[in-house]
Amino acid sequence: MKRGSIIALIVAAVVLLAVPRIIVNEFYVNMASQVLIYALFALSINLMLGYGGMVSLGHAAYLGVAGYTCILLTITGYDQLTAALLAILFSTLFAAFFGVLSLRAPGLGFIMITLAIGQIVWGIAYRANDLTGGDNGIRLPARPMPFGIDIRDAASFYYFTLVVFVIALFFLWRFSRSPFGASLMGTRDQPRRMRMLGHNVWLIRLLTFVMAGFWGSVASILFVYYNLFLSPHALGLQQSAEILLMAILGGASSLTGPIVGAVIITLVKNVASTYVERWNTLLGMIFVIVIMFMPLGIVPGCKHLWRRLQDRRKKSTPAKITASEPAA
Amino acid sequence: MQWQFWIIQTLNSVAFGGLLFLLSSGFSLIFGLMRIPNLAHGAFFMLGTYFGYTLLQKGLHFWPAALLGGIGVGLLGIALERFILRKLSGNEQGQVLVTLGVSFIIADICLLVWTGDPMPLAAPQSLRRPLLFAGFAFPTYRLVVLGIALVAAVGLYLLMERTRLGAMIRAGVDDMEMARGVGIPVSRLFTTVFLLGATLAGIGGVLGGPILTAYPGLDADMLPLALIVVILGGAGSLLGAFVGSFVVGFLYNFGIALAPDLAYFVLFFPMVLVLVFLPQGLFGRVQI
Repeated sequence: MKRGSIIALIVAAVVLLAVPRIIVNEFYVNMASQVLIYALFALSINLMLGYGGMVSLGHAAYLGVAGYTCILLTITGYDQLTAALLAILFSTLFAAFFGVLSLRAPGLGFIMITLAIGQIVWGIAYRANDLTGGDNGIRLPARPMPFGIDIRDAASFYYFTLVVFVIALFFLWRFSRSPFGASLMGTRDQPRRMRMLGHNVWLIRLLTFVMAGFWGSVASILFVYYNLFLSPHALGLQQSAEILLMAILGGASSLTGPIVGAVIITLVKNVASTYVERWNTLLGMIFVIVIMFMPLGIVPGCKHLWRRLQDRRKKSTPAKITASEPAA
Repeated sequence: MQWQFWIIQTLNSVAFGGLLFLLSSGFSLIFGLMRIPNLAHGAFFMLGTYFGYTLLQKGLHFWPAALLGGIGVGLLGIALERFILRKLSGNEQGQVLVTLGVSFIIADICLLVWTGDPMPLAAPQSLRRPLLFAGFAFPTYRLVVLGIALVAAVGLYLLMERTRLGAMIRAGVDDMEMARGVGIPVSRLFTTVFLLGATLAGIGGVLGGPILTAYPGLDADMLPLALIVVILGGAGSLLGAFVGSFVVGFLYNFGIALAPDLAYFVLFFPMVLVLVFLPQGLFGRVQI
């Protein structure tokens, strides 16, 4: 790691730890937790999008599968930890099933199938009144006490989310540097060559799909703990699209991109919905504008600009030397 | 009474299948030719329904309203293709996501203009009375919708198989590069197919109005059905869209009538089967 990035990491860690101290207002602390949860969603979808080049529009399905399972198990009397673990396990198995189906189609068929699956999960949640409460949704009785720690108030819930987020981030960072991550990027850029080299492209993609499903499920459990409530509105196409947009807006090819995207979208959404009702139009417009004018996203875009600026500065200094040489 | 239930449900299913065909034939053609799923297609359908509602409010008769509504949506389709998708040519992933963004914008504008209340469209006066035949009552309007869908299917078939335009579209679906190579104006075909697909979706929307009523969320209800039709039938195939539409129409309608909790699950199952055993769909020309 370069010294610059270590400093950046330390600064980020201090800021993240200090958030509830800086902004004491509970509303904003809660918003910070929300940002972290969405960032985890965006990071998980980005495993597929950024490293694997697979665009999924069904990511909110995990919110449905993991979320409802967790709530229903808690209601039936399982303790919180078992309920959460079982929900994540079940949802991850589901991810494997979705992955097998979605990967039957190459390219854009993948988007279509993930969308169809996501909408079917939404439809089942919406229609299966006895199980999910239909349109009214169901509540989680109470926030859990993991290992006896009280996380009911805003600040401690924020720290709880932060811990999970940091663990996930560490894992994803390791993943992006691992040989498996490299082979995944290989299947994104040159699937045929990877196949010729003896890699099982399908299996690499499936494992990535499952991993994305796993972290998506973890984020879903946090989402349910945060809201203490789940209804079909939370797992519609709009949710999947928002998560995807976060990753694209920030920049899918980096680890920081989805986080930046999640911060921007969550803040814009919260701010915009207090002033105007037309969040969906705004979402659609951001979508169109980002894809037409910022296809790489904000973080790579800024990096690119920064590098160009530095190049120019570097170029201008040696240029002077060479210019002065003939004179000397 | 039992018989009446089955007959009515069957008729509802085929009428709904007809609507789905109007929606998904265009979707399938666009997918087949341009290789992108137009995720704004559900929004086109819904917009057609709302256009139809307003035109009927303005005192227009039903059939001109259906035609005008369809043309209105068709023009919007051209605009989407010309001004947005064309700018992104080559970036298919971007094109799909843009259509999704556009569908959000359309849906939200519909909510703004026509509010969130469901708005039923009135069927034409002459078709409101049920048709009595052999002691059973048949809803006349649905029969007519089915008839129109069948006419549209035959028309599309003739267009695709018997005309020069159809031959060019088929060539583009089968091998785009070769089609370009022999001098087929593929980019003009894109616009044509988009116009055709959007118009069909719009007309379908108006015709569906009296059956489904116009409500926010109609787009999100219809789009997945169109996707499943295309996954089942295969992209780019008219026959596939036709068969798929009626299969989905039956499954969805009977699913809702008999086991409303499981209506979506019933749809999911054949999709899984087809994906596992025939990933290019039943009649697919292009691999999805």
